[in-house]
This record gives sequence, structure tokens and C-alpha cells, in this order.
Amino acid sequence: MNLIRAVEEGFKRDMENFNVGDTVRVLVKVVEADKERIQPFDGVVISRRGSNTRETFTVRKISFGVGVERIFPLYSPAVDKIEVLKKGKVRRAKLYYLRGKKGKAAKIKEKERVPLEKKV
Amino acid sequence: MIAILGKKLGMTQIFTEDGKICPVTVIETGPCCVVQVKTLDKDGYEVVKIGFWELEEKKLNKPESGVFKKAGVKPYRILREFPISGLKVGEFITVEKFAKGDKVSVSGTSKGKGFQGVMKRHHFAGGPGSHGSMFNRAPGSIGASSFPSRVWKNQKLPGHMGSERATVKNIEIIDVRVDQNLLLIKGAVPGANGSLVEIKKED
Repeated sequence: MNLIRAVEEGFKRDMENFNVGDTVRVLVKVVEADKERIQPFDGVVISRRGSNTRETFTVRKISFGVGVERIFPLYSPAVDKIEVLKKGKVRRAKLYYLRGKKGKAAKIKEKERVPLEKKV
Repeated sequence: MIAILGKKLGMTQIFTEDGKICPVTVIETGPCCVVQVKTLDKDGYEVVKIGFWELEEKKLNKPESGVFKKAGVKPYRILREFPISGLKVGEFITVEKFAKGDKVSVSGTSKGKGFQGVMKRHHFAGGPGSHGSMFNRAPGSIGASSFPSRVWKNQKLPGHMGSERATVKNIEIIDVRVDQNLLLIKGAVPGANGSLVEIKKED
């Protein structure tokens, strides 16, 4: 088992720390006619599942009034970078209930930043 | 032909260079020591006997230890014969003989399933599950009547399934890790984790 772990560890990279409920920008590498460019995908993280290099996360956004979800493998080489735009305050690990909501009902409260001196 | 013995460690997934996920089986492979070279003159057929999984000397009985003493090699738990040419006693077959992208066939002992019915064992369709049907998973008719008045040989019936030699042919090697003696093979391979597998590459 440890040797399998070792194989998996080789594909790990340092990734931005983000949680379910956060609004993120995923920079995806897209290959178009031998040219590589980077395409951003902004949205809310509605789930994280799996462990180790098998971990994936789902990002949901509303594009021209249509809900779009993309599932990314966390350590995929196609994911160039993940930027956290907003920290969300949620009470659930999976935000699938957002799929049935529209407009203001689908909004996630932003997490209040805790001042540094209070954190200790 | 090149052949090597290995221990199936299990499956995982890796990312290929173009960013796609690839399911792989990780096999701890060799090094396998040549214990004996059989020749046409002496033995009537040409093979190389290779050993795998080192063993303590005290675990051998006398006839077994004689085999290894004669060859002047360390004792091994597993001995298998393969028609490989150009090897001498004491030489090692390692993963270096395999390269990324090679097509190999992998043999092992499949997982035992116990006594199974015809639906699982022979992929029979079975009967309807509901609407008062009383014919669910039974095999149905197993032959005609007055002729032949018996059941034909090889009629597919329930019985023991699995625990038999199985081979997967023409599967691709995704990666070779020489320092760890690991082979990453695309897809599944017969047998339980920790079991012995044979990897063969035809020239």
C-alpha cells in the first residue's frame, strides 16, 4: 500500500486552500490547435469529494441564466491555479440545494474575517 | 520474448501528460534471478527458470536447497519457466527490460467467487423479476428429451467460479519506475492485491 501511496504522492502539488462555499476562480489550461491558453472559470465550490490525488471539486456558476457545473480533479495538470475570490459561510459539506435556488436565494453569505489578535 | 514475475500491489489513478486521468495497476516487479537454463540437448526443451520472492535458507527442505546451491543463487519462493533466450544462470531480469508504451500480457490467478449460479458464472439472462414470475435465476432447459437422453458435455451449469488462471492481453505500460521496481499498467489485472502475476512481452 505504501508504494501505491508513493506513486500517488508524486502527482501532488501545492494547491490553494479553499472550502465548500467559497467563490473561486479556476484557471484551466485549454489546448487549441497546438496553442495553450488559460481560461478562467468562476463560481461557487459546491462539493469536495475523494481523498489524496483522487480528490475532485465541483464549481457551479450561472452563465447567461443557465446553471453550469464543472468537476475538476484537484491535482489535474489542466488546473493551472485556483484563486479564492470570496470565503463563504455555509453549514453543509455539499451545497447541492443551490441547484434548486435562483437569484438571491442562491446567494452565500460571506465569512467575516476574524481579526488576527482575536484568533489567538 | 521477455517475461518477469511480480506482485500486484493494487490500483490507483494517475495523470497523463495531457492532463487526462488514467487508471493503473501498480505491480512490484522482479528482480527475477535466473536459477536454471534448460537446453534442447539436456532437457528436451529450451526454457529459463526464474525465481522471485526471496526466502530464508532455513525454510527450504534439502531437495529444494540443492536446486539453489547448484545454481549458486539465493533461495526463492516462486519458480517459473519461460522461453526466454540469451540468459545465463545468476543473471537478473529487471523492470528495465520494459519501456513506457510497451504492450504486454499479464497472467494471474483470478479472485475466487465460490459456487455461483449461471447468471453470474455464464452471463445467462435469467427470467423476469416480477409479475408473478417464478423463474428468476434458474438456468432453464439444459437439453432435449428422448434424443440424446442425456446432458451434453460442456453444458453451462452452476459451479465453482474464479480462482483460475486468467490472462489480460495487449495492455499498455504507462510508466516504469526502475528505482522502486514498479510497473504501472493501464487498467485492471487478474487476481487479488498481493497475488503473483506474470508479465510477458512478445518481441
